[in-house]
Amino acid sequence: MQLTRRTLMAASAMIATPGLARAQGSTPIRIGEVNSYTAAPAFTLPYRNGMTLAVEQINAAGGVLGRQIELLIRDDAGKPADAVRLAGELVADQKVDVLAGGFLSNVGLALSDFALQNKKLFVAGEPLTDALVWEKGNRYTFRLRPSTYMQAAMLVEDAAKLPAKRWATVAPNYEYGTSTVKWFKQLLLARRPDVVFVADQLPTLGKIDAGATVAALEQAKPEAILNVTFGPDLTNFVRQGNTRGLFEGRSVVSVLTGEPEYLDPLGEETPDGWYVTGYPVNSVTDPTNLAFIAAYKARFGEMPKMGSVVGYSLIASIVAGIVKTGSMDTEAMVAGFPGASFATPFGKAMWRPQDHQSTLGTYVGRTAMKNGKGAMVDWRYVDGANALPSDEMVKTLRPA
Amino acid sequence: MTALLIQLLTGLASASSLFLVAAGLTVIFGVTRVVNFSHGSLFMLGAYIGWTILSRMPRDPEYFVLGVLATGLVTAAIGTLLEIALLRRIYRAPELLQLLATFGVVLMLQDVTQRIWGPEDLTLPRGRWLRSAVMILGERFPLYDLILIGIGPLVLLALWLLFTRTRWGTLVRAATLDREMVSALGVDQRLLFTSVFALGAGLAGIGGALALPQGSANLQMDLSVITDAFVVVVVGGLGSLSGAYLAAVLIGVLQALGIVLVPKATLVIVFVVMAAVLVMRPNGLMGKPLAASRGEAQAIAVIRPASTGLKWLGLLALAAAILAPFVVGPFVVSVLTEMAIAVLFAASLHVLMGPGGMASFGHAAWFGIGAYGAALATRFLSVPMPIGLLLAPLGAGIVALAFGSVVVRLSGVYLAMLTLAFAQIVWAVAFQWSDLTGGDNGILGIWPPAWAGKQIFYWLSLALCIGGALLLRRILYAPFGFALRAARDSALRAEAIGLDTQRLRLAAFTLAGAAAGLAGGLSAYSKGSVFPTTISIGHSVDGLVMVLLGGVQTMAGPIVGALVYTGLFDALLLATDLWRFVLGASIVAIVLAFPQGIAGAFAARNAA
Repeated sequence: MQLTRRTLMAASAMIATPGLARAQGSTPIRIGEVNSYTAAPAFTLPYRNGMTLAVEQINAAGGVLGRQIELLIRDDAGKPADAVRLAGELVADQKVDVLAGGFLSNVGLALSDFALQNKKLFVAGEPLTDALVWEKGNRYTFRLRPSTYMQAAMLVEDAAKLPAKRWATVAPNYEYGTSTVKWFKQLLLARRPDVVFVADQLPTLGKIDAGATVAALEQAKPEAILNVTFGPDLTNFVRQGNTRGLFEGRSVVSVLTGEPEYLDPLGEETPDGWYVTGYPVNSVTDPTNLAFIAAYKARFGEMPKMGSVVGYSLIASIVAGIVKTGSMDTEAMVAGFPGASFATPFGKAMWRPQDHQSTLGTYVGRTAMKNGKGAMVDWRYVDGANALPSDEMVKTLRPA
Repeated sequence: MTALLIQLLTGLASASSLFLVAAGLTVIFGVTRVVNFSHGSLFMLGAYIGWTILSRMPRDPEYFVLGVLATGLVTAAIGTLLEIALLRRIYRAPELLQLLATFGVVLMLQDVTQRIWGPEDLTLPRGRWLRSAVMILGERFPLYDLILIGIGPLVLLALWLLFTRTRWGTLVRAATLDREMVSALGVDQRLLFTSVFALGAGLAGIGGALALPQGSANLQMDLSVITDAFVVVVVGGLGSLSGAYLAAVLIGVLQALGIVLVPKATLVIVFVVMAAVLVMRPNGLMGKPLAASRGEAQAIAVIRPASTGLKWLGLLALAAAILAPFVVGPFVVSVLTEMAIAVLFAASLHVLMGPGGMASFGHAAWFGIGAYGAALATRFLSVPMPIGLLLAPLGAGIVALAFGSVVVRLSGVYLAMLTLAFAQIVWAVAFQWSDLTGGDNGILGIWPPAWAGKQIFYWLSLALCIGGALLLRRILYAPFGFALRAARDSALRAEAIGLDTQRLRLAAFTLAGAAAGLAGGLSAYSKGSVFPTTISIGHSVDGLVMVLLGGVQTMAGPIVGALVYTGLFDALLLATDLWRFVLGASIVAIVLAFPQGIAGAFAARNAA
């Protein structure tokens, strides 16, 4: 797609329209962002690009409340304790107005607890744990991405329609993995009481013993498999599974596998017909998405990844909250963010008042191979609002 | 039955992969006594270089073999460079300093690799033969896994021939037994060491390239492989190749079977195996007690109290630290709090490593037990902070006493690895016992009470940490400390004059555990949370780096090391994206400039 002035303007108009330029020359609004840049570069570097693009577009369009946006980025090296210290630096020394960031669930939770203690607004972009908005949710914390519950709920739609009755699961041995498996089982059993789970594999994150794991799954003779692994573990798992024929004649439902970060490395080995959540970056057709892709490509010379969308939407969601609030006072923003709607490359989303989860959704589709590369086909966009439990259930899940 | 056989074969295949990495490590250790922390980085480089070479070649088997061998040559060349430029200069330095230097190399190579090959995982398309399977009792088994099963013993055989049938091998074995004698006989040790290091690096590179068909080249490989490789080397017995193969088979097969029986145990299987083996056979499966080389047996000079000038400097620094909150902002105060905690953590490890003569690779365990003890007491018993801070050292001390009674009879790297195994088991408990510890989500909301604001808490930490460090110093200058050092320098003579060396070491172990526990308790309240990362290998390595950076054989060493390392880390994290490279390069530079540690260098200058 050719980059034209029009697509660029459309892209910037997409998130910057509310930010009417008023007083020029005032101090910038400071967003302090903490993330695992060195520990998880495959996701966080495109994510940083996404944020950069959004900030540049907004500032070029006159900023927010007449002020420019300044983004301060910190690397937590994947450690919650360092994330908390850096958040302290951002709040105390840099006087940031809003905290944002997080990749790992535990870093997100640490930052959220810091926000509560220091009465500062924290917008989590990527951490998927449900605890962030439910069990350990607090009034200062907001979370953008579809959680493990939502990812599981989206995939259960397809899983429940499969004839398979014997299911096996494989998930990395930490919160994201165990929580996704827990919800998936609960939601699938609610729809299909005839289903049984015959094996659960919990490889250590980053150290999967793929051959043994695949053989153990094979032994349980499941009819369908839920996969929650990603990154290097996923590659190893898929390769062993392909060679040993684990996926033949079996349905596979797989979380996050459709995201370019994790799908691209599979290359020629991309399995056919897995039900996945992800981002079909090469085949989306809606204009907002195309405008975003064009602007991103023009700025960074490569296709955006899921991380890019999260980074871009994160800034958009913060800006929308600020515009709706009309002030940078933390307590005012805590009251103002809920209900604020914002535009993302995936379409409109909003901050839910009941649990501070955004309604940003994700794409659900099937994997396929196109020209020797992995791709998502037969996809549909699932709005996050449709993958969340009832308000009564949220109330019981969220004590705060 | 079929299933069991398939798991067995799968276990043997991963055993071969493990052995390839461990073989290089054990060869290097056996001859040079270098604990090469960067061996995992050479493995990672092997994968990336292998990808670069193999992805440009046809996918036929003969090209694959050529590409893998070429990768081995390239990594061997990199290893040679590393040895000549860095390690050769520090063979004479105190033990474990090479560990510090190679840790710097690990950090540098992480950034270098990401710069060259980018952040995305790189996968090598598999040729048809690499994807094919053979039928075994009606089950499909990957051909490549079968090939790997064969490669392990083949490499073992080749190395055995190399070491027993060539002149070079004879010299290397001689050097393993008695370095000084070999060099007295006129053999050029430097060439020998360099060639051994090149061989080890080449093996690591081949291991990395051979891992490609099963997965990808990615930036997490270095650290994920290095601990397993160490475990195999230690379980097998340091320097023993056949032991390493045996250990690899043991671990590979148990892991494959364990996955079927107890899937949740994947986090710890390896470490439980190591702990069991070391408790039963303190020198590993095939290892022999280490013959102390003559250079190491020298008595280390008795540490004297610091010179008057240094004392004044310390007092001045302490006064500045006390007054700091009046001058600096809240962020600097929180950094200073962390530095104080790091000082106590490092000082407690120093008790073991310096006067105790027991290197610990798992010191974070005590820190973590203290932190979790305080956090759990706060969460479930709602105890006030002072009680939590009392429970932290108490809990850690008690566990250290119990664990210490098992380990103090071991020595050297074996003891260090047993502490690592214990730390990993504690880590796995914290990680997996979600109902109690919150799993990897940790325990949140452990903030100090309202009366202890940032400044008050800082002064409290300062008092407890500096007080604790000074108390440790006092203890080490007491008769107990001298007795402990006597036990380290010559256990035989110490026992002859009636010292109970085991009890002395146990007391030191308990003391160090309790002090680290206090540091952990303080850290829980200062962060408001506890996570399993506080017990991770990375945190134990941080402690080692601090002590080694400052210098093991001085009292000021751990304090200086803790301040320099945390200061550097904090400053670089804020200053540059490439903080790993700069931090690694700084560590390497410090090692080369001050082989005795920073404080050690100043002490030496004063003495001269």
